[in-house]
Amino acid sequence: MSLLELKGVSLSFAGSRVLDAVDFSVPAGAIVSLIGPNGAGKTSLFNCITGFYKPQQGSVRLDGTETLRMKPHQVTRLGIARTFQNVRLFREMSVRENVMAGQHCRTGAGVIDAILRLPAQRREEAATRDFAEACLRFVGITEGWDREATTLPYGWQRRVEIARALATQPKLLLLDEPAAGLTSGEKEELIGLIGRIRDERGIAVLLIEHDTSLVMRISERISVLDHGVMIAEGTPREIQSNQKVIEAYLGVEEDALDL
Amino acid sequence: MTIFDIFTNQLLNGIVLGSFYALVALGYTMVFGVVKLLNFAHGELYMVGGFAGFLLLSFLAPYLGPGWFGVAVSMVLAMIAVGFLGVVIERVAYAPMLSAPRLSILITALAVSLVLQNGMLTLTKGQYVPFGAALGFGGVRLGSLFISYNQMVLVGVAGALMLGLELFVSRTQYGRAMRAIAVDKDMSRLMGINVNAVIAVTFFLGSALAAAAGTMAGAYYGSLWYFMGFLIGLKAFTAAVIGGIGSIPGAMLGGLILGLLESFGTQLPGVGSEWKDVFSFSVLILVLVFKPTGLLGKPEQERM
Repeated sequence: MSLLELKGVSLSFAGSRVLDAVDFSVPAGAIVSLIGPNGAGKTSLFNCITGFYKPQQGSVRLDGTETLRMKPHQVTRLGIARTFQNVRLFREMSVRENVMAGQHCRTGAGVIDAILRLPAQRREEAATRDFAEACLRFVGITEGWDREATTLPYGWQRRVEIARALATQPKLLLLDEPAAGLTSGEKEELIGLIGRIRDERGIAVLLIEHDTSLVMRISERISVLDHGVMIAEGTPREIQSNQKVIEAYLGVEEDALDL
Repeated sequence: MTIFDIFTNQLLNGIVLGSFYALVALGYTMVFGVVKLLNFAHGELYMVGGFAGFLLLSFLAPYLGPGWFGVAVSMVLAMIAVGFLGVVIERVAYAPMLSAPRLSILITALAVSLVLQNGMLTLTKGQYVPFGAALGFGGVRLGSLFISYNQMVLVGVAGALMLGLELFVSRTQYGRAMRAIAVDKDMSRLMGINVNAVIAVTFFLGSALAAAAGTMAGAYYGSLWYFMGFLIGLKAFTAAVIGGIGSIPGAMLGGLILGLLESFGTQLPGVGSEWKDVFSFSVLILVLVFKPTGLLGKPEQERM
């Protein structure tokens, strides 16, 4: 059974259809890419998966549990975490605190414990801190934990964001254009990191990415979205030779040439 | 009295007054931080807190005595009760308005303020109510300066509450979640933070601090009035803006500055105590003109 299963998901905004009866799945422990021209609805699909948008039709299931009527924080608790196309770290909070904030839905000490700072709360606070630091080390950030997160170099901020998503202890990690703005060296590191997230933590990864060579290298399956319709699904080799996909991308290039 | 005596005495008065302002200002600034709402009903929670403390003390005094112990227990219970009142107000009046235009929720806050004020007016028939605490008049004399035990306890309790809040905000998951929501509510949701629950906690804490100030003010000044929350609400708002609204250390600093300014300002030649409000609001205008973000506030970054 698939970890994530979307069936017939349709989403409209003010009458214009953004997603049209999309069927899509991510097997447990897989690395899957979602590609497609700009404006194809990829980020909208992410927003449907995280419970941020409510599709008018269809079903979204994680591990067999319907998430459509859940609030975003409940979906996160169920096991889906994401990063953003343009990095969105919490301003005025340190690197470590950003990652600690990601553990909110996994910590059990209640408000009363926190107000009174009972021993259980202190222990949990220490455990939260340790786990945050472990997540930071995992993504390769071993220093600067007390710096304000938004003052870090861009490539580091991207990794802090991945660490924060890992801190929510997801089963499925959604990465929205994780390679955007990275140098080629940083892209190599990212490929290694995505592999380790799956291999060492057993977390399935779903990414939106425009860097085609990166997508072809790390994906086990690729899905192609065009104008809100899923036009192809398959292995990287199958996608590269798929006629519909070639047309979709060529169409866009022609549009681009008109400019 | 020498100039020095006047100085030390007014310093003390300013710190006491500033503690009240700071406690109330904290609620303003916390609520503004997480929901971007100027909760103009916040001063009334101070008033309701005073009356709640009074009511609890009249029940408890036969058992615990009307001294500081009885007042302390009444204060803690009043904080809990008014904390929940704050949460109820948020759920009933503000939560449905959070996605409405900013002006609607501001008007709602004014309405809540009127409801609480007039509710208390009806209950007390507009009369001053003696608080009924017996705190004694002891104290310590340092040269010409007399510091009463009451002043010490009051400033100490206010300081402890503020320290507790600072620890809560900086060292706990809920505190971190509060700061996260202040920065980016949508992203906080996606990071698994139950935004509504954290907003409720914020209202609880802000209201509880106002109730603590209300009870202590009642015990210290000796009487309560249904209208007592109005002016302190405005002053606390001023303090929060001076310190930088949304900033917790800013609210403490703003409260203290305002308290000191008022107590010293009344000592200027030819200026009487009826002018103290003029000082506060003049400073508010100056801050808004020259440093609109307040002393410790950070400029708002608009995200495209």
